[in-house]
Amino acid sequence: MAHFPIAGLIVFPLLGALVSLALSKRWRTVMSFILITALLLNNVSLLFQFYGQGTFNEAMGNWSAPLGIELRVDGLALIFSLMSALVASVCALYACVYLSATQLKLFWPFFWFLWAALNSIWLSSDLFNLYVGLELLSLAAVGLVALSRDATSLAAALRYLFAALLGSIGYLLGVALLYATYGTLSLPELSQHFSLTLSSAVALGFMCIGLLMKTAVFPMHSWLPPAHGGALTPVSALLSALVIKASFYIVLRLWTELSLEIASASAGMLMGILGSAAILWGGWMALNQTHLKLVIAYSTLAQVGYFMLIFPLLSPVDAHASHLAFQGGVLMLLAHALAKAGMFLAAGNLLFCSGQKDLKSLAGLSRYRPLNIFAFGLAGVSIMGLPPSGGFNGKWLLIQSAMLQSQWVWVAVIIMGSLLSAAYIFRVFSYTYREVEGGDSFKQPAAVLEWTALSLSVLSILLGLASMLVLDLLPISAVVAQ
Amino acid sequence: MSSYLIFAYGGVGLCGIGVFGFILHSHLLRRLIAFNLLGSGTFLILVGLSQSGRGQPDYIPQALVLTGIVVAVAATALALVLIRRWAALTKHATLPEDQGPS
Amino acid sequence: MSFFGLLPLWVLMTSFLAAIVIFMLPEERHGLRSTLNLVAAVVKIGLIILLIRLVAQQETPEVSLEILPGLSLVLRADALAMLFAGLSSILWLCTTLYAIGYLENSPNRSRFFGYFSLCVASTMGISLAGNLFTFLIFYELLTLSTYPLVVHRGTPQSLKAGRTYLAYTLSGGVVLLVGVALFYAFVGDLAFGQTSQMAEFTETSPIASAIIFLLLIGGMAVKAALFPFHGWLPTAMVAPAPVSALLHAVAVVKAGAFGIIRVIYDVFGIELAWQQGYVLPLSLLASFTILYGSWRALQQTDIKKRLAFSTVSQVSYIVLGVTLLGPIGTVGGLVHLLHQGLMKVTLFFCAGNYAETLGIHKIHELNGTGRRMPMTSAAFTLGALGMIGIPPVAGFISKWYLGTGALAAGMDWVIWVLIGSSLLNAAYFLPVLYRIWFLPQQGQWPHEAFTQWRDTAPLLLIPALITAALSVAAGLFAGSDLSPLSWARLIVIREYQP
Repeated sequence: MAHFPIAGLIVFPLLGALVSLALSKRWRTVMSFILITALLLNNVSLLFQFYGQGTFNEAMGNWSAPLGIELRVDGLALIFSLMSALVASVCALYACVYLSATQLKLFWPFFWFLWAALNSIWLSSDLFNLYVGLELLSLAAVGLVALSRDATSLAAALRYLFAALLGSIGYLLGVALLYATYGTLSLPELSQHFSLTLSSAVALGFMCIGLLMKTAVFPMHSWLPPAHGGALTPVSALLSALVIKASFYIVLRLWTELSLEIASASAGMLMGILGSAAILWGGWMALNQTHLKLVIAYSTLAQVGYFMLIFPLLSPVDAHASHLAFQGGVLMLLAHALAKAGMFLAAGNLLFCSGQKDLKSLAGLSRYRPLNIFAFGLAGVSIMGLPPSGGFNGKWLLIQSAMLQSQWVWVAVIIMGSLLSAAYIFRVFSYTYREVEGGDSFKQPAAVLEWTALSLSVLSILLGLASMLVLDLLPISAVVAQ
Repeated sequence: MSSYLIFAYGGVGLCGIGVFGFILHSHLLRRLIAFNLLGSGTFLILVGLSQSGRGQPDYIPQALVLTGIVVAVAATALALVLIRRWAALTKHATLPEDQGPS
Repeated sequence: MSFFGLLPLWVLMTSFLAAIVIFMLPEERHGLRSTLNLVAAVVKIGLIILLIRLVAQQETPEVSLEILPGLSLVLRADALAMLFAGLSSILWLCTTLYAIGYLENSPNRSRFFGYFSLCVASTMGISLAGNLFTFLIFYELLTLSTYPLVVHRGTPQSLKAGRTYLAYTLSGGVVLLVGVALFYAFVGDLAFGQTSQMAEFTETSPIASAIIFLLLIGGMAVKAALFPFHGWLPTAMVAPAPVSALLHAVAVVKAGAFGIIRVIYDVFGIELAWQQGYVLPLSLLASFTILYGSWRALQQTDIKKRLAFSTVSQVSYIVLGVTLLGPIGTVGGLVHLLHQGLMKVTLFFCAGNYAETLGIHKIHELNGTGRRMPMTSAAFTLGALGMIGIPPVAGFISKWYLGTGALAAGMDWVIWVLIGSSLLNAAYFLPVLYRIWFLPQQGQWPHEAFTQWRDTAPLLLIPALITAALSVAAGLFAGSDLSPLSWARLIVIREYQP
């Protein structure tokens, strides 16, 4: 047990996958929750270990890299690991009430593989391990999308699968080129020898395009709305909150560890432009949807755009402003995970009540399910970036960073994006306030479903007051330019 | 030019065919095969490029490709299951947007 | 920290916790909810009194929490904060009483009272905010918590009003956000009152300073309903009467006006703002808004619409007062913050009473209501006379100080604005009073209710009488130590002589 608690992050989910394939219906759920508890405890003990000794590496089975697998725990990895533990366990709780028995049987193995893949991505510092994690993640996510087994979700799953495979191949091609040039796949080693030559630029180009495709960055986003909007509710929450973050996380790692902001300013600009387009396009499309879950799916698209604004704001000259942008981006990622998961779960409850997907069917629900509307609203506050919320704090730091560097364009984009998101969220909200004749025949969701949604939304608000706890985990040296 | 580079160029060629196939075909199985070609091409590049110019054979890319193939097989299997189910449900072997007006 | 040190937090929490508990309560627990709400309101008044006594003894209790690197949430009780907090806490109690009576037998009360308390919590946050960042947070929270109240009825008309309200206030919020962000990026994290660094910054980069001033004031002006940002206020009249009271007297427009005071006095400093020439355009704009609002009020036939435009005009008195250089004008502006609140809330309560009891919404329907509802009509009359500025009602004190303040500042033209608007006030209020008291009833009342009561339901009547009495008392006893006027003087003494 020498490698615990770090190894537990990978071992427990894999164990969960095996168990849920092998055991009977009842034991499957029981074992899953035991393992979820174990994972949560595991994360907490890892946090304390980190508080004690700071960043550390651990070679699995004492086989050192390159042949062995080495895991790395630093502040960023820890934040993402905690985030996925939180969101995944709440979604699991929701799922085991929400899903039917047959759906649940398929849900558990995919869910566990998903979690294993996420953790391996957060903890790996090796480009090839990251590839394996990405593939496992995509396959588990595609499986989850197909869970409802009707034609629409199958089409969405297939489209998603093709996009994800294409993205993986792009990434792998880049990895092959990098290995040919530098003879290593470990990020820390690579960062020592790295210089931006033509071949490494092509390699990184392939990798970034592949990863951004998996993150659904504009204009490679068209697979996302049907997949996230059409999946079963707990799956939508997992996908929007966690899965797209994984590929983005790798881009962020590459960028900061290889100090790409020094190597090329125009690449950062390009990322910023893509992000801006995503913010405006996603917001606009969300405003024009008639189905509730599609509104939220397009909102994810817009939020991804905000994450992309980190890159142009990482500056080779202004270390303070860069640091602000990095902190802001991480807060945005975290706040989005909590708020979007909470929002999807709340939306799932609302749709369950009315039995339809349409926004119009929400009329009268704010009277019937005030707590649920409140959960939706709180998540909305964070998504809009209004204070006090994690979303606001993230946005504030990004704006501060842009102002200090006089990059006014990004300020303008962030502001316009906020107004757009306010428009589409209040649009949903106002539908629930409508009073119509005969709109009082609703089904009642189980209390667990409402409280799980509310808990995530409340967390996204509390993050606005407790941002320092998160930011203290990030080392200042993560982005400071040399 | 070392013999390894031939592998790498072969890989590039395979990738080209794969991309071409993916764009050209709308039949889901054909697309899947195109993907497999793309994958194999990438593996060849990975092995071929990194062996060239070094005296000793490098064992790491071979280990990686081995892992990669396993992953690719898993992906193909999942895709096949989905395509089969899709075909059984809709009696189509293409996605709705590729079916054209009929 | 001691109990007294944490007082600002408790003041905020009384209404915040009340909101949370009310949201959790099932819809049909009406009795429990009302009790809880009233207890919270009374406790808050008690805490505010404690806090006022502390502040009077030159103490400034402060609570702060670092939420981002170098950026803190600060709640601080200074003299100015207590002026606004005191007003809101008294009016919260009255409005809650009124709302309990007003919404009797109507649906969605859990939702209504929950957001209502949340709205008061944000107002407390605004008044106790110790820096611009904290102010911004609660300013936005106020927008969020009032929206559900504006659209409470769920009719297409109120949903449309809600959209207008959001479009205005969220845009204003964004402008304010940019202003505050610029302030933090280039000037720093400064508590209210630390104006010397701003002066240095203005010296080195005057244009940036002017832009920051413009953005901050622009953001506040939307809620303060300064021309041309007043459009949302008359539209929002479709909301229930307690909500109108909240928008017009307790929270929203006051938050805007209060923010303008904070920016001029505690961010820039009135002297700096005058030297840079920032303030004069603002007092011109406020003067124009005073006349414009009165003029538009004159043209309205709907009671609540007329009152709404009257608010547009009256809130600008506050802005005008604080833009006059010199202590007297400032006293006038500050004291009007309170007086206008008391008088306007009375008028809205009465308008709500007419609508609920007799179904009256238009001015021409008011004929003869004095006989049917004498108490309500008396309260309405007091409020209206106060608005015109007739002694001994509180409005007279405000106008007196504004006038003498203008003369002291050498801005004689302000006198003409005051005279003009007082004439207009008389022109739109006196005919209404004439109809109420001197014209006979015409036919049936549009929709009569509460026939078991001589006037109207006690829960609707009593709050109106209380606030009417308070607005007279504030005028009659202006010389006493406990009056709003004395407190405004205290603020000004501390402001001008640090």
